[in-house]
Amino acid sequence: MSGKNPVLVCLQLSGGNDYMSTVIPYGNPLYRDFRKTVGIPDDKVIPINDTYGFHPSMGPIKDLYDRGDVAIVSGIGYPDPDRSHFRSMDIWHTAQPSEISPEGWLGRTIREIDPDKRNVVTGVSFGTGLPRAMYLQGTPAISVSQLEGYGLLTSLAGEEQRTALNACTRMYAPVEFDEASMIMHHIKQTGRDAMTGADILRTAPPLYDSTIEYANNPLAQSLRGIAQVHLADVGTRIFYAQIGGFDVHGNQIATQATLWDTVSRAVADFFDDLKEHDAAEEVIMLIFTEFGRRVRDNGNGTDHGSGGGAFLIGEQIKGGMYADYPSLAPEKQLSGDLQASHDFRSLYATVLDQWVGVNPDPIVNGHFDQFDGLLRPLAA
Amino acid sequence: MTIAVSADVSLMGHLMRRAAFGAQAAELEILAARGYDSVVDELLHPERIPRPDEDLLERYHIEHSDEEQGKWTGARWMFRMVNSPRPLEEKLALMWHDVFAVGFSKVVNNPMMRSYYDMLRDHGLGNFGDMLKQLSRNPSMIYWLDQQMNHADAVNENYGRELLELFSMGRGNYTEDDVKACARAFTGWTESQTIPRYPNGFYDSKFVYLEEDHDHSEKTFLGETGNFNGDDIIDIIVRQPATARFVAAEIYDFFVSDDPDPQAIDTLAQVYVDSGHEIREMLKVLLYSDFFKEARFQRVKSPAELVASTLRFAGEHRDPYDFGLVPTTQKTILMGQQILNPPTVEGWHTGREWIDSSFLIERVNFAAERLGNPDANGVSEMTDRIAEGKDSIAPDDLLDACLYELGSMELEDDTRHILMEELGLTGDVRCELEADMVDFRNLVARLFGLIPATREYQMA
Repeated sequence: MSGKNPVLVCLQLSGGNDYMSTVIPYGNPLYRDFRKTVGIPDDKVIPINDTYGFHPSMGPIKDLYDRGDVAIVSGIGYPDPDRSHFRSMDIWHTAQPSEISPEGWLGRTIREIDPDKRNVVTGVSFGTGLPRAMYLQGTPAISVSQLEGYGLLTSLAGEEQRTALNACTRMYAPVEFDEASMIMHHIKQTGRDAMTGADILRTAPPLYDSTIEYANNPLAQSLRGIAQVHLADVGTRIFYAQIGGFDVHGNQIATQATLWDTVSRAVADFFDDLKEHDAAEEVIMLIFTEFGRRVRDNGNGTDHGSGGGAFLIGEQIKGGMYADYPSLAPEKQLSGDLQASHDFRSLYATVLDQWVGVNPDPIVNGHFDQFDGLLRPLAA
Repeated sequence: MTIAVSADVSLMGHLMRRAAFGAQAAELEILAARGYDSVVDELLHPERIPRPDEDLLERYHIEHSDEEQGKWTGARWMFRMVNSPRPLEEKLALMWHDVFAVGFSKVVNNPMMRSYYDMLRDHGLGNFGDMLKQLSRNPSMIYWLDQQMNHADAVNENYGRELLELFSMGRGNYTEDDVKACARAFTGWTESQTIPRYPNGFYDSKFVYLEEDHDHSEKTFLGETGNFNGDDIIDIIVRQPATARFVAAEIYDFFVSDDPDPQAIDTLAQVYVDSGHEIREMLKVLLYSDFFKEARFQRVKSPAELVASTLRFAGEHRDPYDFGLVPTTQKTILMGQQILNPPTVEGWHTGREWIDSSFLIERVNFAAERLGNPDANGVSEMTDRIAEGKDSIAPDDLLDACLYELGSMELEDDTRHILMEELGLTGDVRCELEADMVDFRNLVARLFGLIPATREYQMA
């Protein structure tokens, strides 16, 4: 094997992806009963087996599944599900369902991987804004909106730019933590990381050469950026990307189809790109959302629910369906929602322990049973 | 320091950063001479000043009347932030836009987004209950939160939930049953279908109440039982202590500081109760309070504020025929805030979360470029004022003068030292003769361009 370091890419689907129309229980007669208007017809479903199938837009993911690279993990949630997008997303970001926490689980992971802060690009998020999952006071994490042209004071040149950047280097130089002005401390640390991060990340695009043509949408471009940085071998271990719009209270059929088409193509292009560069085996992707949606549709869409599902994708993933699909039987539902069978922190713990190679307990705030045989650790 | 910054000008700089979109020293001096009371009174009563007509804006920016896309409305708003003689109503609209967040990404109809923004502007200083009633009837909001699909026989909870969670009381102050009752009370509140976009473009939509699609059965909401309709629910909501605290906390957060002060918020909540839920009365108490006057540079500027105030300093986009209003407005997107297109119904994460590595780079680069341009109208004016009546200026005084021009801004001592050292000025800078002025203008612009790179420039 390669001796490469394991890399984790988190892909967030914001708005509450409807799991029942992603991995569709089309063979279950209750599905038809509950999804009278937003049900996917049998002949459109991409079958996995006689009972379950992928959403019609998920062809590229099905191809990855057929290669044995996709683990479908059903029934993932947390106790006392919260149907607020924001609280629920916070819970997934902080691995802390019982209280508000400012510490992201990936921020803590980055701290474990690089406790001495040797590499500010250990964690890199693509898109607009650093997600709370990546945030931890004192731990660097870089947020990039667009890789090309990324850098500070790029409108200046020559001596003027040198002087200005010198001033910035000094203004944003590290100091002992000053409790009296948290915000100013935060800006200082962010500025320093931004300058270093920009210097490192700037090296990636010129090195990149690929036959893959990603679509021109923000998610595809984010994943392309992730591929560029990964291939530049600058030591990034945690990547983040996100796509929103999954809050399908209405117009679900059309919206869901477009979104999963975008996600499926971008994810498949990403792995094809890595494969083309012999850099796929060290990367896995975790796809998650803050909650699933109500079992019964509302006439045009579905309302906020609980008990969704997650995906793990990569060459080192042992593909297949994991954990029982939550029962649709009315008596097994949780006030009209799918009942989660596994805590999402079990999945986090599995990835952290068996893939990233760090102790999961302090990161996920407790000890959680792990999934067995879901992935093959990289050989050292 | 040789420039004695009068306390009045300094306080006026603070007031203008918070209740408006910043002002150069020249304007602050005039306002300070008029007095704090008079300026506050005028800010709180925008209705006394007519809104300027915007014919020229539409004539020179044909994209405004095309209205195919959402960004144009954002540009119009940016123009108003920079130029409105009634800045507080624009500022409050920005606050309410973050609280009652509606996004173009889903509405995809420009006239509807305009009427949403007009509603925020027209009712922002008014009664909170009236605002919620307008909000609940606004076609953009109706569509954004799927109210048109909230039927007597098929309840859609989206609006009912967010009304309680995000637009008034906040989580923890109601039950799931209250959410259901609230949603039922708003059944039948919908909007008219808009005329198809082609061939004539977008049309506005209107609020419609469908009696036959309303759930007329009895509802129990927050312990009260009756055959409630939407307005009854809002009447109950606005009486809740949690709502008073919610409105007070939002106003405190937007106008005072990113760090909540429970005592100050209690004070504002009490004004909410005593005044019968009047926003103007809350703001009046706030603007005269010590907790406001003392909270200098305690808030991270939002991207809209950073861009608008930088444009005001640089003197850009004062005229409707200046090119580039749309791309300039779009700069806020890369800083994490697309006006009229928030990421979710929750609006934006503000305060500390306006600053991440990518946002900070965009903020610094934008402001450094605009203020570092010696030819920009505002930069040139500020430079003239600095040079006026002087033969030469000592380096330290030059920095002070630049900071003073930028709305009476302040820097930490360390920052000052670093800027002065890196600038490396060895002696007084001459500005007496015409021949001195080319170098002087370039030097001052360089300094104006460095100040946005400081941490202090990020704060208001």
